[in-house]
Amino acid sequence: MISIWFFIGISLLVNGLLIFGAGVYERSHPPTHPVVLFDLHASMWWGALLSVVGLIYCVVYRPGKKTES
Amino acid sequence: MTLYAAFAGQYLVRLSTVDMIIVVFYFALVLAIGFYLKGRAKTSEDFFMAGRDMTAWVAGLSFLSANLGALELMGWAGSAYQYGILATHWYWVGAIPAMLFLALVMMPFYYISKTHSVPGYLKLRFGEPARAVSAISFGLMTVLMSGVNMFAMAKVMQLVLGWDINVSIWLSASTVAIYVALGGLRSAIFNEVLQFFLIWAGALLIPILGLYEAGGWNTLKVLIAQRASEQYVHLWSGLGSFADNPMGINWVGIVFGLGAVISMGYWTTDFLVVQRILSSKDIRSAEMAPIIGAGFKMMVPLIVIRRGLLGLGLLPEKLVPESMVAATGAHSYNDVLPLMLARYCGPGLLGLGITALIAGFMSGMAGNVTAFTTVWTYDIYRPLVHSKGTDEHYVSMGRWTTVIGVLISIGTAYLVMQFASIMDYVQALFSFFIAPLFGTVVLGMLWKRATPLGGFLGLLCGTLSSIGMWAWVKIDPSALRYVALSEHAKALAQDMFQALWSFVVCVLVTFVVSMATKPKPDAELEGLVYGLTKVPSVGNVPLYQKPLFWAGVVTVIFFALNIYFR
Repeated sequence: MISIWFFIGISLLVNGLLIFGAGVYERSHPPTHPVVLFDLHASMWWGALLSVVGLIYCVVYRPGKKTES
Repeated sequence: MTLYAAFAGQYLVRLSTVDMIIVVFYFALVLAIGFYLKGRAKTSEDFFMAGRDMTAWVAGLSFLSANLGALELMGWAGSAYQYGILATHWYWVGAIPAMLFLALVMMPFYYISKTHSVPGYLKLRFGEPARAVSAISFGLMTVLMSGVNMFAMAKVMQLVLGWDINVSIWLSASTVAIYVALGGLRSAIFNEVLQFFLIWAGALLIPILGLYEAGGWNTLKVLIAQRASEQYVHLWSGLGSFADNPMGINWVGIVFGLGAVISMGYWTTDFLVVQRILSSKDIRSAEMAPIIGAGFKMMVPLIVIRRGLLGLGLLPEKLVPESMVAATGAHSYNDVLPLMLARYCGPGLLGLGITALIAGFMSGMAGNVTAFTTVWTYDIYRPLVHSKGTDEHYVSMGRWTTVIGVLISIGTAYLVMQFASIMDYVQALFSFFIAPLFGTVVLGMLWKRATPLGGFLGLLCGTLSSIGMWAWVKIDPSALRYVALSEHAKALAQDMFQALWSFVVCVLVTFVVSMATKPKPDAELEGLVYGLTKVPSVGNVPLYQKPLFWAGVVTVIFFALNIYFR
């Protein structure tokens, strides 16, 4: 049975990559009406953080590896 | 109306392509989990109890996630804007002691009785009439709560994205119906754990950015004091009297009404949350799960209350009560969460933030639906309608009840639109049913002299007294001074004191009737009552694996937080 933690890993990894990509694009194409604290480029580092956490979950709880739930 | 038109009205923010991909991916993933788990929900034990093989972490996070519904994310952020940090009491004194009490005192009885539901425990302890009252009132409450969740979600989607309210309700409800009907409780639990992570991933960034913009907590406190009052940032110092705080309540209402009755009732007898714990694989997991939930519950104000406070300190516009929105054209308190989302989140992050909201709404809805399905099948349909069905028949009934329960909830969502305030409505519901139920269950577990007739009449009288007090104040608002014992009391104080009195009525009636009637023999109460039950040990495990140790850690942090923010 596939572990619930693997599904969570997939979710965090995909969302993280999408957000990171959006952040990179926004950096090269700044919006006309930026959000507050746009200069911090939160999308990039938050997306990167989610991707890393998601990747760890995917690897540790990958299907075929014996884990609980 | 075309689908395009349904998604193209007035809005606070516009979702980009990447945001829409994130939202669609979420829906696809929860449905995929439902389809994947379909084959693992063949017996009633699988469908209704998730096979009773969940680990402490899965059960604990699901336990908390089922509670992180629409009202948690949107309602309490709005309440924090309206009442300040006092709203945190609903997360700390209004949750943590009750969750620890559930773990260490009540869970062993639930677990070893092998009951399928809280009404099922009442049947074992007090007989069929108590179960019938509890099951029917609970069934009613869950579909109403589910409707509240749906309405709240649809309202947010309408405000933030301009989505048609009908499309939001039907889209989310049908998704929940599909994944729960397919995979049963296991599917709901798995999705709740996923939703828990998404809620944190989508919501945690805002308080971080908000505190950065404000210049830290101390600066934010100054900003709030300037724009509202200093009492908005103190948990306890304004609770000496009803007139000294924005909530119009005192410490008696918070500690005894909220902490000792409402929260105890909700966290220990509301089957929506207790059902997740009953799915645990062993007694240690069943005790650890609420403690894990309590640890994370203490942190939820960071993503809910803190957002309301940041809105109070940083938003340029002043938010108003729902009743003044039409006259002023301003946004309401309940809009603070989406306003903060629009303030900080660009493409991608916005999609995740919206997904976190949808996840919260759907986890709350799924929690209500699975609990309703179990109580209907085990506590109403099987004992009162069709007692000799096969296991397969009851699983089929569970799947159909899931769909029918969702349809009733949709009807309720349209009903809720007629009410001015979501929060007052739900608080009223809690005090109708939850407080007296806690009185009956806790007396049943801790006092062996409580008799079946005493338990039944106590539960009935407590519930009726609560409805009576609510109706009294509804007809004559000045009666609030008698219910809450102060002319300065406000709506939330009424809910706290109403719950307190209905609990007292329940306990008194149970006591008096029990003393006048014949108790059950001790032999029939083994496994159900303290003193007649050998509570199973969690085993010979190291200190760091003992529930009592972690309950102690949570308790220390709980007191430290309350002292720091006093």
